[in-house]
Amino acid sequence: MSDHHDLVVPEATEEPIANPGLPEHLPRPTDVDPVAEKRAERQVATLFGLSALFAILTCVAYFAVGKYDAFLGLGASNVALGSGLGLALLSIGAGLIQWSRKLMSDHEIVEMRHPASSSEEERSEAVAAFEQGLEDSGIARRPLIRNSLLGAMGALGLPAIVFLRDLGPLPGDKLQHTVWKKGMRVVQDVDGARIRPSDMQIGQLVNAEPEVFFETNSEGEPVIEGTELLQEKAKAAVILVRMHPDDIKPWKGRENWGVDGILCFSKICTHVGCPISLWEQQTHHLLCPCHQSTFDLADNGKVIFGPAGRHLPQLPLAVDDQGYLVATSDFTEPVGPSYWERG
Amino acid sequence: MRLITRKISARLSTRRRSRYAAPAVLVAALLAAGGLYVALSPADATNKADDASMIAKGRSLFQVGCSSCHGQNAEGIVTKRGKQYGPSLVGVGAAAVDFQVGTGRMPMAQPGVQAARKKPVYNQDEIDALGAYVQSLGPGPAVPDITQSDIDNADVVKGGQFFRTNCTACHNFAGSGGALPGGKHAPSLRGVSAKHLYEAMLTGPQQMPVFSDGVLSPQDKKDIIAYLKKNEATPSYGGFTLGSIGPVSEGLFAWIVGIGSLVGIGIWLTSSSTRSTKKKGDAA
Repeated sequence: MSDHHDLVVPEATEEPIANPGLPEHLPRPTDVDPVAEKRAERQVATLFGLSALFAILTCVAYFAVGKYDAFLGLGASNVALGSGLGLALLSIGAGLIQWSRKLMSDHEIVEMRHPASSSEEERSEAVAAFEQGLEDSGIARRPLIRNSLLGAMGALGLPAIVFLRDLGPLPGDKLQHTVWKKGMRVVQDVDGARIRPSDMQIGQLVNAEPEVFFETNSEGEPVIEGTELLQEKAKAAVILVRMHPDDIKPWKGRENWGVDGILCFSKICTHVGCPISLWEQQTHHLLCPCHQSTFDLADNGKVIFGPAGRHLPQLPLAVDDQGYLVATSDFTEPVGPSYWERG
Repeated sequence: MRLITRKISARLSTRRRSRYAAPAVLVAALLAAGGLYVALSPADATNKADDASMIAKGRSLFQVGCSSCHGQNAEGIVTKRGKQYGPSLVGVGAAAVDFQVGTGRMPMAQPGVQAARKKPVYNQDEIDALGAYVQSLGPGPAVPDITQSDIDNADVVKGGQFFRTNCTACHNFAGSGGALPGGKHAPSLRGVSAKHLYEAMLTGPQQMPVFSDGVLSPQDKKDIIAYLKKNEATPSYGGFTLGSIGPVSEGLFAWIVGIGSLVGIGIWLTSSSTRSTKKKGDAA
């Protein structure tokens, strides 16, 4: 300890057990036995040699193994290249560890703890330097410069706030509406096939979409496409299910929302918006795989288990003059998870 | 040649007034008529006879193996509390029988929330007989006809789209199956025959919804099956799939094998090496 450190050293007290000191330094077998030393040297060299061998084997495998060959159900090329390179690297690492443990110098070092704070002298020096700087810049004597600097730094924060506008625009009432409207056909997802009530059997599930997603305009371009399609799909996706009409207990006002036991519900979970179509046809329960919210589709999509706070919105159905299933209106309530303005 | 035919016609001509001529012509005509009948409409005649014997065979098999739950005449059994002990099989069709019995789900070993796949108890002839019997009770979907060439010619890409839209919610993105509420599960689709996959979509066994041919057309179903078979046959180029059941098995592997081996190397790095009591120079 240097003597200019002003340390409070506790009074030396008598230890209950005498300090045994450090144990005697014993050499490693490789330090004293030339045979062991030679063996360790060979081990390290062998590991490095193996690494080189694996590197070469990897290069051979690159050319020898076909890109689409299979090995134990895995892609043979990937297995060969991956394990070749991996073993090459691992062998170098293992060789280095063995080298340092067996052969590199074996000094034992004791490092005492130092106090973390600087000395009093150094601290007063630093404070003096800081005060000298204040004096030299004259910041206290020149308020104009000081204040304009503060103003400039404050103004630099303004763009960051203005740029936040890019998070917008505000959604308006978009969350309350979907592309469903009166007369929009309910069609099967993927191929857009229209659905007649007679096509569906009791216990049937159809993952469905509004027909507008499959429509094209006069130039053959889709009516809705790209990002807009994804955004609208995220709200408008539905499932159609057919149950025995006697099993369905519609709420007041919903008696005519189904067609012969065919009901249509939003596919978007009201908890955090996962798409749900895990429907048990015998219990009529619809389970969300994300957080196990469970809705009873025979009972108006009521929540019977899990974290969802609202029942699943139902889409009122009818049959058009060509005999296909259509919606009679948009959803009567917002689909998907709750949000701030909805209360 | 011409000489020979002329000879035969000459001989026939001379014998046409023989007393055996009329009966011979009659016999020949009868044989021809009978032969034509056999050649033109054999299927109906033999199938009807076969059907009747198949139904009878199926009925006797049913009464031994199935009637204790489904009732003497497959009308179903309702418990005292009004729950179903075994459902009625009227109208479920031969496809449902072929699926349930052909995959070993029926007969159930014991009552439970779900019949699990196991080794089939009946052979295919017996299953066909049971199916014929159940089909005779009321119209239902027949056993579908799906061939290897159907699968080879199907649209795998479209099948994948249908699979991801309709099947993955329960059966997982790779068809590995998954858990359902109340101890039920959606089974793995790997190693299931094309016919049984088709029948499951057609009949909606247990909690699975029905995907009728009216909406999901037979070609769509074949596309889905082709996608599953393609998926099964493709080697996993990305390495071990760990059952393709997602983050649970992958996380366990990373924590136990990955971090475990790093800890092992760490211990090797920092452990103190062997020490010798010998001094330098007194080597043996």
